[in-house]
Amino acid sequence: MSQTRKQLLTDPLVDNNPITLQVLGICSALAVTSSLNVAFVMSLAVIAVCGFSSLFISFLRHYIPNSIRIIVQMVIIASLVILVDQIIKAYAYEISKTLSVFVGLIITNCIVMGRAEAFAMKNKPFDSFIDGVGNGLGYSLLLMGVGVIRELFGSGSLFGIMIFEPVSNGGWYVPNGLLLLPPSAFFIIGFFIWGVRTWKKSQVEAREYKIQTLEEH
Amino acid sequence: MSKLNNILTKFKNMPVDGMTKTLFVAITLCLVCSMVVSFAAVNLKEVQEVNKAIDKQKNILQVAGLYYEGIDVEKSFSSFEPIVVDLNQGKFTNRFDPLTFDDKKAAQDPQLSITLNEDPASIGRRTNFATVYLLKKEDGSLDKVILPIHGYGLWSTLYGFIALEKNGNDIFGLQFYQHAETPGLGAEVDNPKWKAQWKGKKINNDSGELMITVAKTQKYKDHHIDALAGATLTSNGVDNLVKFWMGEAGFKKFLTNLQNGVA
Repeated sequence: MSQTRKQLLTDPLVDNNPITLQVLGICSALAVTSSLNVAFVMSLAVIAVCGFSSLFISFLRHYIPNSIRIIVQMVIIASLVILVDQIIKAYAYEISKTLSVFVGLIITNCIVMGRAEAFAMKNKPFDSFIDGVGNGLGYSLLLMGVGVIRELFGSGSLFGIMIFEPVSNGGWYVPNGLLLLPPSAFFIIGFFIWGVRTWKKSQVEAREYKIQTLEEH
Repeated sequence: MSKLNNILTKFKNMPVDGMTKTLFVAITLCLVCSMVVSFAAVNLKEVQEVNKAIDKQKNILQVAGLYYEGIDVEKSFSSFEPIVVDLNQGKFTNRFDPLTFDDKKAAQDPQLSITLNEDPASIGRRTNFATVYLLKKEDGSLDKVILPIHGYGLWSTLYGFIALEKNGNDIFGLQFYQHAETPGLGAEVDNPKWKAQWKGKKINNDSGELMITVAKTQKYKDHHIDALAGATLTSNGVDNLVKFWMGEAGFKKFLTNLQNGVA
């Protein structure tokens, strides 16, 4: 793998993470992170959809008329999402019950659409595929991070395996109910963004305004 | 032949952004995509239906206390006898094949269901026919009755089963197989500890009044289920739906008939 292709894959993990830097795809990150099993299947689904939609769109990029390009991208993405949804329903029924509508909502995930429009329309198929997978991985990394915190402190388990025995089952741990509710993911993602931007100063956006002091005035 | 070639070359040289090619791309893409999607849907349908059926059977086994990890669901399920009940008459009916009859579909069919005037469980329409499952002992006598129940909680309709002892009044268990309540709060209806409370509770008191209640404070020990902490609306929903299905509009007639041996 050449240096640039490797970068396409690894850049979106931290340096150009779709969630922490571009703040895209937040909606589903709130909804599916309360248990790791669900977050994991969702991650796989997004990686697959993001990779293959970029691949197909890139193949077709010279034939897509400019006036309908967004719709064409949507049709390709939507078909792939339905495909993934059907496969999950057939082979991971239990999980499909908890994921319910959120697999379908990958269609509206800005990351997939964003990569198609920003990268796949201008680059070669294989590069686009790598870029799609990389962005899917970046999304997954954050999803799993949020999922670990929410499931561990919210229900006392990881991947459904009991780590802290909760009081309701006769253990000692009092689960934090807030972490199971979607708003908690907002705080956690916020902390993640804070952390990443403290570590990588270059990601901090320039201020749009500055508070004037009296002396300067 | 050369004419066709001419048209093809002409088409090739058309601008990508022109009307003809735009339409061409749009139509071809839609055709291809719809074929891919329908192909997947048709081919995977069978597996999905099997999954659904197994999931339902698994839940019936669970509510009857017969399920454990690694069990052969289909084989164990054969000890149950599915049978369709006419709720208005309170009697078994052989109008439908219990293996293919779909209660949920029937509830949408005006011929097979009624609109509820009093609708505590917020289900809108109630089917006139429901599939119940009889668990028989080895000597053929009745052991347990499993009845399907559903009703609205906070976010979603909860679908489940209630298992009754053969006297039709003592609860053996309750289990929901489909709902979308808040994880950690309302979704605690799946918590084994909470579900265990139902065992041994009585639906009616000795004079036949409907007494079973899900509430925060206990009034009658034999009929009381502790409500879920932090999930008042889900608990109210469960309370309503159990009362509804065990009441006159639900299975009461059938259960009485079953006791008197005239079902």
